[in-house]
Amino acid sequence: MSGRARGPFWALSLAILRGFLRDRASVFFTVLFPLMFLVLFGGLFANQDQSKVDLIQVGQVALIDDLPDGARGAFDETFEVTKDDDLAAALEEVRKGDADVALEQRGDKVIAHYTQTDQVKAAITQGTLRAFVDGANVAATGQPPKFGFEAEQVEDDSLSTIQYVTPGLLGWAVAMSAAIGAAATLQGWRQSKLLRRLQLAPVTTGTIVGARVTVTLLIALGQLAIFLGLGAAAFGLTLTGSWWMAIPLVVVGTLCFMALGLLAGALAKTTEGAVNLANFLVLPMAFLSGSFFPLDAAPKWLQRFSELLPLKHLNTGMLDVMVRGEGPSAAVVPLAILATFAIVVTALAARLFRWDTT
Amino acid sequence: MAAISARNLTKTYGELVAVDGVSLEVADGEFVGVLGPNGAGKTTLLEMIEGLRRPDGGEVHVLDEPVWPRNAGLRPRIGVQLQASSFFERLTTREQIRTFASLYGVGSGPADEWLERVGLTDKVDTRVEDLSGGQAQRLSIACALVHDPEVVFLDEPTAALDPQARRNLWDLLASINDSGRTVVLTTHYMDEAEALCDRVAVMDHGRILRFETPAVLISELDTPGTLEDVFLSLTGREYRA
Repeated sequence: MSGRARGPFWALSLAILRGFLRDRASVFFTVLFPLMFLVLFGGLFANQDQSKVDLIQVGQVALIDDLPDGARGAFDETFEVTKDDDLAAALEEVRKGDADVALEQRGDKVIAHYTQTDQVKAAITQGTLRAFVDGANVAATGQPPKFGFEAEQVEDDSLSTIQYVTPGLLGWAVAMSAAIGAAATLQGWRQSKLLRRLQLAPVTTGTIVGARVTVTLLIALGQLAIFLGLGAAAFGLTLTGSWWMAIPLVVVGTLCFMALGLLAGALAKTTEGAVNLANFLVLPMAFLSGSFFPLDAAPKWLQRFSELLPLKHLNTGMLDVMVRGEGPSAAVVPLAILATFAIVVTALAARLFRWDTT
Repeated sequence: MAAISARNLTKTYGELVAVDGVSLEVADGEFVGVLGPNGAGKTTLLEMIEGLRRPDGGEVHVLDEPVWPRNAGLRPRIGVQLQASSFFERLTTREQIRTFASLYGVGSGPADEWLERVGLTDKVDTRVEDLSGGQAQRLSIACALVHDPEVVFLDEPTAALDPQARRNLWDLLASINDSGRTVVLTTHYMDEAEALCDRVAVMDHGRILRFETPAVLISELDTPGTLEDVFLSLTGREYRA
């Protein structure tokens, strides 16, 4: 490259990209910070199985003590049994929540003392103990049981944690880095008068904006690659057929949130103010758009409100094509909505735009 | 040919008249200083001539071409150093000047030569954030000159420099002017204006009070004195913004 001049577009793009890669805080917040959430949700919350029920056996309980070996194994899968001869102490443990149930036997009656604090465990305790008592009753009659029972699990439509959180967290990450990047660049360059300086150079506004957009798109596609790579390699993320439609979604989503960042940059008076404003717009939007958890349980009015947020459509589009197995056409409506947002917000930002601070 | 020809330039910000009907002619190859207390309107006047700020009234030509409406053809022919250090964040000295060179279609060879001329050869790999005030100032001047402009505008180029750097910069600026370029600079240092400038324009309250050679201005004083005495007698001694 020595001696030859790079074109202004590449020179600017390279300068912006270098500036980004050398800014540890930016790299952290656009790449590592969202990945931490992916690891958190994908790794820690992936195992949704119930933990065992802590059961305190008080004195002799023939039902447990006399269980045949096979049944004992099944019992131990549900209950963690400890023994204690003091009923009052056992009850106190249950009351404090250190144990889930205290079990005693008076004559032929098995009595379970439990609380309703953890309703799931309370239900499991009642149901399972009743089943064992019934089983013991049947066995006591000496007759073989008339009905058999077998449980078979059906794969359901709901998504496992990693499948749900990857598109949503990616949407948030892309939105955040695009908006903050645009806001910080606009304000930072205005503060340092670099914007003025560039205005004096023989480059068009289109070249300057084009270089900034190109770098932001590169960063966003890098985020996409890292998210999908890590999700698949470490947390068992499985992509469905039209996942590649996530690429246009990320591209248009990036433009949309760059526009939002430009608006923040145009409104704010300082670089910090612009970044904070961009964050203020994006973070609540991420919560309300289902980036972190599904909105199915949210009130109807909130779900309707979320339809007004561009991030909601980016998330929905990416969920549909990446993990729900929908065809490419599922991305068309989200793409159109995001593009409309991008155009309207850019027009608004352009109206409010000023070349310098005074 | 006139390098700069301004007629009746006016700029108002709300109530404040920043530049109030200024006219001036700068000949080709002339070295001109614009002096004035803070808030006198120096920067605004320069920005209107450079094509950064649209005048409310009047007209201005640079190198015989109208500056307004925005004239893209003039941009490669003028070099501007702004008051603040307008750099790309986190680039090294060399990357910085090469980026600016690329914007003007200038190769990295001439860019590196400029670093040598302003004495930054041992700082080529230092990021701009880690440069001293004087080093940043020199880099900023090199970035303004990298495309070999015909007219050069420098806004307080020697602010924050130590005497060594200031004198070295004087030599540099004089050599730029000797090679035929027109130079316009603003400064608060009277010795600088006296040493470098063919003519100085003393501004206050948005108007040019005098536009003369330093020698003529000094000779007009009642008692023997310096350019600083001329400046104070023209603009008074009250504190300014």
